[in-house]
Amino acid sequence: MVFALLPFCLVGLASFLSHSDDHLLELPFTLLNYVQLNNSIYLKVFKESLYLAAICTVICLILGYPFAYIIARIEGRLKGLLILLLIIPFWTSSLIRTYSMITILKPKGIISSALMWLGIIDKPLQLLFTDTAVMIGLVYNLLPYMIIPLLTNIERLDSRLIDAARDLGANRITTFRKVILPLTMPGIWSGCILVFLPAMTIFYIPDLLGGSKSILLGNVIQNQFLTVQNWPLGSAINVVFTFILIVLLLVYWQSTRGREHRKLL
Amino acid sequence: MKNLSTSSYLTSIYLFFYIPIIILIIYSFNNAQYSLLWHGFSLRWYQELFADTELWVAAGNTFILGISAATIAMCLGALAAISLYRYQFFGRQLLYGLIFILILSPDIVMGISLLILFTFGKIKLGYWSLLLAHITFCIPYVVVTVYSRMASFDEYIFEAARDLGAKDTIILKRIILPLLWPALFASWLLSFTLSIDDVIISYFVAGPDFEILPLKIYSMVRLGVKPEINALCAITFAITLVLVIISQCVARKKP
Repeated sequence: MVFALLPFCLVGLASFLSHSDDHLLELPFTLLNYVQLNNSIYLKVFKESLYLAAICTVICLILGYPFAYIIARIEGRLKGLLILLLIIPFWTSSLIRTYSMITILKPKGIISSALMWLGIIDKPLQLLFTDTAVMIGLVYNLLPYMIIPLLTNIERLDSRLIDAARDLGANRITTFRKVILPLTMPGIWSGCILVFLPAMTIFYIPDLLGGSKSILLGNVIQNQFLTVQNWPLGSAINVVFTFILIVLLLVYWQSTRGREHRKLL
Repeated sequence: MKNLSTSSYLTSIYLFFYIPIIILIIYSFNNAQYSLLWHGFSLRWYQELFADTELWVAAGNTFILGISAATIAMCLGALAAISLYRYQFFGRQLLYGLIFILILSPDIVMGISLLILFTFGKIKLGYWSLLLAHITFCIPYVVVTVYSRMASFDEYIFEAARDLGAKDTIILKRIILPLLWPALFASWLLSFTLSIDDVIISYFVAGPDFEILPLKIYSMVRLGVKPEINALCAITFAITLVLVIISQCVARKKP
């Protein structure tokens, strides 16, 4: 059984190797890569992708929370079907789903044609290759990642607590704010982490939907590694990224301190 | 009124999820190259797809890779889950945390870490690097699936078995494995799905002589919308769909 741990140690090593690789690749240890990161272009990309990812996370949360709440409260066979319908997009290739979005967003695609037919716009709408398209693509791909942890969390919520709050005279809003929201905080956090991090890194979404105009952090890393072949710089970005992940995890751990369920999924 | 608004909300989100894919599938049967109008039902694009030998090679590669990665990941992941569940050992919490970090860490971070590891380990990029990478990202999912299944076991079964004189190996063979097989099967299928759908990690660790389908699709998709790709995506989607439904049915079944 102990042997089973070996691959994990290797995996662990691999996932943390990126911390030290910048001096393994180039022996004189240098902070130059990080100094280079401080350059205005990278900072700009960094800020922009943070911004885009944050908006995407907020949209997913706003769309996903009520959705998860409604599904969690449904009883019976319908619920199983609804959850299955939710899991399918979670597991199917997001590349294919991104690709299917192109057909929808094309100037002569469904959205544009429908709006023209309704008379809202009079010429084909250029949605594809804009930031809006990237945002729609991101939300489309990542929404299930927000809903599923929320759903698991809300399902564990003891409905008697809500009844008790209502009995004690709290109105709907107060119940939500004082009871439901704090208890579902772990779900919100894990959903946000699951959406926020990929939103910054799925390089093929901006690549396919945003044209060359919009660049996310993921595209920069991909570029540095495979086109420019500047591994140390690419790794430095990667390390910064891992750092963000760890900070977010610590926040998550803190927010669930003392709870029995620290499970993320 | 409230019911109406909630159900229309649910419906619109589901439509948002499914309409693009349904449209893609419909267009894959359209008998026209560029037009968005319906030119009649045709299997032309599927025929062209099946005539493409390069795609067949890539599909075969993906399949072999998926099966081997899923099988190895299932074995290792199940062993890890069993040891996590049954034994208290040093670093257990750490290991558990590590698994979640692996699930959470964005694909690109893992792809790059693995690429660097392979470069230092002098592992040639190709089948073996892809296999190792795919095993790596599948294991955490296997561990989580199997572990949550084991958490629902009745503790007393083990005590009863031990009282009756069963050793650990017998307990594993006669109790744990029979109870666990639905979870094992489900995790195998999910690993397989993950493996045949992965783009980002494979993108970093793939070599030129071992082409796999997702990367092939990616390079085709970058050139724009083509009916053949619609057909290809429709087939891939259908395969994933079947696998997910089977795995969910198996995983849901009560022991």
